[in-house]
Amino acid sequence: MPFHLDLENVRYGSELIKRGFAKMQKGGVIMDVTNAEQAQIAEDAGAVAVMALERVPADIRAAGGVARMADPLKIQEIMDAVSIPVMAKVRIGHIEEARALEALGVDMIDESEVLTPADPFFHIDKREFTVPFVCGCRNLGEAVRRIWEGAAMIRTKGEAGTGNVIEAVRHIRLVNRAIEELKYMDDEKIHELAKNYAQSYAKLLLRVKELNGFEPVVGGDEPVFGHYTLNEIIEGLYKELQEIKRLQRLPVVNFAAGGVATPADAALMMQLGADGVFVGSGIFKSPNPEEMAKAIVEAVMHYDEPETVAEVSKGLKGMYGQEISQLSERLQERGW
Amino acid sequence: MKIGVLGIQGDVSEHVSAASNALQFYGVKGEVITVRKKEVLKDLDYLIIPGGESTTISRLMIRSGIYDEILRRVDEGMGVIGTCAGSILMAKEVVDDDRVTPLKLMDISVRRNFFGRQRESFETELEIKYLGKYHAVFIRAPVIEKCWGDCEVLATIGDNIAMARQEKHFALIFHPELTEDYRIYRLFLNLRE
Repeated sequence: MPFHLDLENVRYGSELIKRGFAKMQKGGVIMDVTNAEQAQIAEDAGAVAVMALERVPADIRAAGGVARMADPLKIQEIMDAVSIPVMAKVRIGHIEEARALEALGVDMIDESEVLTPADPFFHIDKREFTVPFVCGCRNLGEAVRRIWEGAAMIRTKGEAGTGNVIEAVRHIRLVNRAIEELKYMDDEKIHELAKNYAQSYAKLLLRVKELNGFEPVVGGDEPVFGHYTLNEIIEGLYKELQEIKRLQRLPVVNFAAGGVATPADAALMMQLGADGVFVGSGIFKSPNPEEMAKAIVEAVMHYDEPETVAEVSKGLKGMYGQEISQLSERLQERGW
Repeated sequence: MKIGVLGIQGDVSEHVSAASNALQFYGVKGEVITVRKKEVLKDLDYLIIPGGESTTISRLMIRSGIYDEILRRVDEGMGVIGTCAGSILMAKEVVDDDRVTPLKLMDISVRRNFFGRQRESFETELEIKYLGKYHAVFIRAPVIEKCWGDCEVLATIGDNIAMARQEKHFALIFHPELTEDYRIYRLFLNLRE
């Protein structure tokens, strides 16, 4: 129902509102769904949100070709079917897919490596949007860059569509250990780290200089990402790193994703410090989606009670899992 | 004073820190704990139900037996404060929606996702009775459409109700845990200034 507030001083899309939305998802399970029926199964099982897709990651992987934003008709069908938030994916750097999804009214956008990247240089400047974003990461550098760009939520990339949790564990461990490492760094060292993390924004300008036949060196006061100079980005990342050092965690909600296939996988990721879990192919590629969905929701709530995890796992069969080294393409390598 | 924050799902840790800070702010001795098992409810003075997804919290509250235990503890005098999703669970009536089973502790009717989707989430100034101006954050907020019986309206938004109380119970459609203004806890916990 459209509602127009007859009030002064109303603010939409602030950082507080965007990060606040993500905080309401904590302790929950966000499930990939491809139609209205699956969305209802997810909502009935107690999902906190659904991710609307044309195909789950396992099928995207199998189909090959270019994976794009889902058909808005499909997303709308799912939005109409449930009362919980609906998220949808855009290609890395695809500002116009993101604008379209924002116009459609999705509650959060996932700038996702599961789709084929659209921009070889940059992720989206997410501060320019009213809708909040979630982004994947493999390590602290990726996480800090996405947060500086305005992501309201971070998730591990893991390796989507494999039913193999090892990459999600790798990524959350790498992030956690890097956060701990900040404790042992002084301001100067953290500034050096911010400088290292900022280098990936210089890729476009370096390439231009190289193509022009000049020495590929970028100065601190040269604009490298939109109007932001390299120095501005270094200062931005430095501030984020100082806050992370103080909090000893990311300043935004951090979920696990990419290979979570069983209630025990979900409980493991919660034990490792995830605030919640995305389950992609793990539910609707399993033989009994209804039961699997409920079991994963319960395992996330009771992650520190092994009896409950054992109880909900009884008789459940997970999706077929894939060995990472046998994969022809690793989706986690998309993005930087 | 012992305060519990229902820890099934939602922004639980934010509520735990906000309530702890409020106790400190008013110099009240007490502790704030997270409630994820029904046994933990036994000696609480107040229970806070956080923001999150009301469908998820409702389902897991029933499955874990926490739902019945809250009702039993309310009969013994425990006060319950429901914020955002929590306010839906406080209501006698959830308008046009059977996906949530509320605790029915207050004579209010609530409509879910009243303001629209996330892009319609907002911050604004409210006028709260006994407090005055208050900066409030609304995230996919419900609205209190009606309030009857012994229930008292404490704040309005447009033609609707943003906050109400009945005996020791409160329902509010915004997020006091996301801002650092602890005055509102004086109302919740019935503290002197």
